Amino acid sequence: MRNDLSIVLCGQAGQGIQTVEYLLTRIFKLAGYNVFATKEYMSRIRGGTNSTETRISSGPVCASVSRIDILIPFNQGAVQHVEKRISPKTIILADKDTITDDFDQTRHKFIDVPFTKTASEIGNKIYSNVVAVGTIAGLFGLELQTVSKYVKKYFSAKSDDVVQKNLDAAKEGFNLGAGLVNSSKIKIDIRNDADVKNQILLSGTEAVALGAIAGGCNFISSYPMSPSTGVLAFLARQAKDFGIIAEQAEDEIAAMNMAIGAWYAGARAMVTTSGGGFALMTEGLSLAGMLESPIVIHLAQRPGPATGLPTRTEQADLELALYAGHGEFPRIVLTPGNIEDAFYLTQKAFNLADKYQIPVFILTDQYFVDSYYNTACLDFSDINIEKHIIKTDIDYKRYKLTANGISPRGIPGFGEGLVVVDSDEHDEAGHITEDLDLRTEMVDKRLKKLELLKDETIPPELEGPDDYKNLVLCWGSTYNIVREAVKNLGRDDIAFLHFRQVYPLPNETSIYLQKAQRTIIVENNATSQFAKLIKLHTGIDIKEKILKYNGLSFYVEELTERLNDLLI
Amino acid sequence: MDTQIFDTANIDIAWCPGCGNFPILKILKQAVAELGIEPINLVLVSGIGQAAKIPHYFKTNVFNGLHGRALPPATAIKATNPALTVIAESGDGDMYGEGGNHFLHTIRRNPDITNIVHNNMVYGLTKGQASPTSQKGFKTPVQVNGVFLEPFNPLAVAIALDASFVARCFAGDAEQTKEIIKNAIKHKGYALVDIFQPCVSFNKLNTYQWFKEHTYYPEDHDPLDRQRAFEKAIQTDELPLGIFYINPEKPTFEENIGTYQEKQTPLYRREPDLQKLCNLVDKFKILI
Repeated sequence: MRNDLSIVLCGQAGQGIQTVEYLLTRIFKLAGYNVFATKEYMSRIRGGTNSTETRISSGPVCASVSRIDILIPFNQGAVQHVEKRISPKTIILADKDTITDDFDQTRHKFIDVPFTKTASEIGNKIYSNVVAVGTIAGLFGLELQTVSKYVKKYFSAKSDDVVQKNLDAAKEGFNLGAGLVNSSKIKIDIRNDADVKNQILLSGTEAVALGAIAGGCNFISSYPMSPSTGVLAFLARQAKDFGIIAEQAEDEIAAMNMAIGAWYAGARAMVTTSGGGFALMTEGLSLAGMLESPIVIHLAQRPGPATGLPTRTEQADLELALYAGHGEFPRIVLTPGNIEDAFYLTQKAFNLADKYQIPVFILTDQYFVDSYYNTACLDFSDINIEKHIIKTDIDYKRYKLTANGISPRGIPGFGEGLVVVDSDEHDEAGHITEDLDLRTEMVDKRLKKLELLKDETIPPELEGPDDYKNLVLCWGSTYNIVREAVKNLGRDDIAFLHFRQVYPLPNETSIYLQKAQRTIIVENNATSQFAKLIKLHTGIDIKEKILKYNGLSFYVEELTERLNDLLI
Repeated sequence: MDTQIFDTANIDIAWCPGCGNFPILKILKQAVAELGIEPINLVLVSGIGQAAKIPHYFKTNVFNGLHGRALPPATAIKATNPALTVIAESGDGDMYGEGGNHFLHTIRRNPDITNIVHNNMVYGLTKGQASPTSQKGFKTPVQVNGVFLEPFNPLAVAIALDASFVARCFAGDAEQTKEIIKNAIKHKGYALVDIFQPCVSFNKLNTYQWFKEHTYYPEDHDPLDRQRAFEKAIQTDELPLGIFYINPEKPTFEENIGTYQEKQTPLYRREPDLQKLCNLVDKFKILI
């Protein structure tokens, strides 16, 4: 078998598929293997069919593949759910009775593994998922002790009986897996990797939340909405240790207005939301524009319009982030491509928001926040929390007109001055005005900051030969998928350019584009929103587009094929 | 403290002559002055509307936010820096209509802020449409056949939610109103002060005279008696004034979130513990 395996477990919500994903990724990380995991799930608590994909590999893996090397279906209908992804090479490990009559066993490598029977003998069929975890560990020849240690840790809050039964389940499963190897039904050659041990296993959600803490975030107010809620939950769990105020607001309107109030009083605040929730925040976003309030917005995209596909992925809210909020005011949109980006960019977002007194977006999506992989441990040596608050004097004016448009930001109770902010157009002191000449000055002052932002953009990252003929462009979460797909093409005339900041558009953009004979853009949306932005700012029309908007991210092979078709 | 400390120079007040907002402005300045609250330690938070312009005529810290949205930032400001005295002030349309959801949930959250609502039972700034508290039958350019919606009863709603301080006053009675506002500011927890205030331009029904004739101060009312307070709140033939209800036992939002329980350093002076964060990151190495 290959040295990079894709294992998919599929079953109903409530069957413990998430537990399997959690245990598998941790156990394999613990054993020193490279792992990647992502999930696709339905918007329901019980039933339906969900799946999780875990890639285990001898080398680093960071992207989702379509191919399934080993499939473990937990319920009837699970095989059909992933039908398009299985091939004659797929090994299906399953209880016989989860395979329906219409499934042609002769066309697949089907191995009957008694997950349910084993679990039932231990005491309850709910242990089937842990039996499966044990089986996979056994197939890979892990040490049983590693598995047991982690299973014990995972269930440590449960009763001794439950811990023991899960340990039994893992052990019995392990023996089943080892048995398959011993009987030469399956052979796996994947090796562990010495580099993995000191790496960390992080999801997009965790990286954003850790980045926020590193940015000095001490206030988060949000309303739960998939797929953004994980950041709120993470910071709520860390609230006590890091002195964070984490509040679930009554709605997104309150969440946004609270966060702006918090910055006003000296906190470093963020909100986390998704498209529909962000729509409710847009009035508050405009308030931040007028008050010149810093605000960090984690916008985890999912497919719309309206409720759309609540648990799926898309990159279709770029234009929403760019143009949300009435009136004209500057903003920054950052689009992390990998786990490290999510950490460092979120950290930086707080400094940028504070420095320029503007909204800064971290634009992710469901695929990004719900995916995990091992990555180099985060480096704190360059982490600085830049605070731009001043102590006010008695004549303090919040909106003092300055050469660069930035007025020093005071907060109430720090210094002798008064801090007056107003959602109406205001004078330098912050009081309501209808002086129309002053209005023009204030608009100019706010927009001047946009010029400063253009000088501090994060350049796109080019990977591939400098003398490329073909340039593939992407932004945000597609980074690792595009990277692997381009690598698969194995051609020396292709480079790819990833944008981790899309707005303001980095100045280097047109230079990179002009060098290419052909440009192809890859976006997880239907209208190629980033290509439109590039055309608007550079005049360059990217005609070749690879788009996907069915609610799933690209698979590496799918993208490889589509790029190949274009470039032939 | 002299109330002049809160006066602003050279201002063009946008209220109509005779507006009920004038006495409220004066009363509020007196109340905070008598409590000895320094302008630098006070934040007035407001929404949008004629009442919501009050912070611009008041020399102190000001957060004049969006229509209906005074309470969320007021809550956050107090939570971020509990040393500040925070007053959220707006009209009935702003607080009970546009901001209705925030009104409900701020009561549940119980931040230590004072919520003053100028209740003139009409929309002033948009020129005379019905407000959530307009009386039935009140005719306006939009409610051409008269209001038929049940008037919103902020006091009854607040008491039903066990708000920690609920009061109503009449802007025409400066002395009592001032005392009630002082009590509300001193009260630890969310305090609602609904103030009847005539709109001389757009409400010809609920005038100074009408309020005088239809309000009274109940004798021997015990604000700790919630049931009695509710009875008073739903009375509509005559409208009681005064402190309806106090629940002195409720912990505040700031106490519940605990950010200031261990140390008093304000958030803006705190730094995240990066060593602790390093340790947290290390846990993701999954080493047992």
